[in-house]
Amino acid sequence: MSEFTILDLLDLDLKEHNHLSLICIAGRTGLSKKITTSKISRPGLPLSGFFEEFSNNSIQVFGRGEQAYLQKLEDEHNLASIERLFKYDIPCCVFCDGADPSPRFTVLAEETGTAILKTDLLSSDFSRRLYQTLDEVFAPTQTIHGVLVEVYGIGVLITGESGVGKSETALELIERGHRLISDDTVRLRNISDNFIVGMGENPLLAHHMEIRGLGILNLANLFGVGAIRDRKQVQLSVKLEQWDAKKNYDRVGEGSLHDTFLGIDIPMVIIPVKPGRNIPVIIETAARNERLKKLGYYSAKEFDQSVLKWLESESARNMYSFNEETH
Amino acid sequence: MVTREIKVCNRAGIHARPAANIVKIANKFDSELFLEKGTMKINGKSIMGIITLGATYQSSLTMICEGPEEESMADAIEKLFQNRFEE
Repeated sequence: MSEFTILDLLDLDLKEHNHLSLICIAGRTGLSKKITTSKISRPGLPLSGFFEEFSNNSIQVFGRGEQAYLQKLEDEHNLASIERLFKYDIPCCVFCDGADPSPRFTVLAEETGTAILKTDLLSSDFSRRLYQTLDEVFAPTQTIHGVLVEVYGIGVLITGESGVGKSETALELIERGHRLISDDTVRLRNISDNFIVGMGENPLLAHHMEIRGLGILNLANLFGVGAIRDRKQVQLSVKLEQWDAKKNYDRVGEGSLHDTFLGIDIPMVIIPVKPGRNIPVIIETAARNERLKKLGYYSAKEFDQSVLKWLESESARNMYSFNEETH
Repeated sequence: MVTREIKVCNRAGIHARPAANIVKIANKFDSELFLEKGTMKINGKSIMGIITLGATYQSSLTMICEGPEEESMADAIEKLFQNRFEE
């Protein structure tokens, strides 16, 4: 993320439980100020006159306590600390609970060109949502060449060289009722060093796909709204590559291959492509298998366990029949 | 590896047809092509990727060619940009 301004924050298209419901009520000239940190500050201590360790470059959130204290300061005509607060270069102030700042505070904000935003949310709720939002905004990102689809609820990132058939595979998967997040360029985001979320590079151009011979297609129109998704956690990486007879592919499925994106390991499968191999079915199966693994069931391991058990019982039987023969 | 700065000279910017032209030329060479704009780096052999760059008139891109035919590829792509994609 190169630059993120207050205006960008107001422009963010957040939905339902992530919505910040912010409006700007004063200091519009300050909307172009940059937000440089994902930290949030509650300015209770600075208002009481203690400015040590004041994190002035973070967004200042005024909850009920701060608002009541501001009111008290104004009633007592004790504006020194408020004036001092505005001497710092602060990105913006947010008033929670739908409260309005006092007139004097607004004047100071206008004078210093500091935006004052207002939200109907409670300060605790707002802080949580803002943390989450800023965490995502400042999350490390990487743009990669590939297709992101959701198959049986698993986010599958398909990568491979140009012309190996990524888009065609994704098209077949969508035809089978799965969902497209982005074709060709996928923007990956590392969310609090925990998981990777992938989305289209540009919301205007997402859900389009280029198929050789047909050109550019709008998948949302062709397959309906059920065939698309805006974002999805990446849970499985599928690498398509040209079939190489000399290469050893995973034949048992015990191997735990991993792909690393932005420092996070994602389970990976390598699928060799050759005419006659139905790649979408293989990917569907890989996604089902991944779901099973998440439930704690490892097909290959369980199979091996059954084989071992069977061998054991067979050898026991053999011993028994051997004994019978001798008697 | 060849890295060059190229400028978009056609009024309309890189929309679908110029993007298709770039891919057509790029596919003739046995090398990788990457285009960079700001923090975005995309594969130059993909139409959707190039369109996603949002390269407007006068914007400048970084072209990176890698592979056995990188020099001739870079020349060909640069020429295409200078000819305004024959628009």
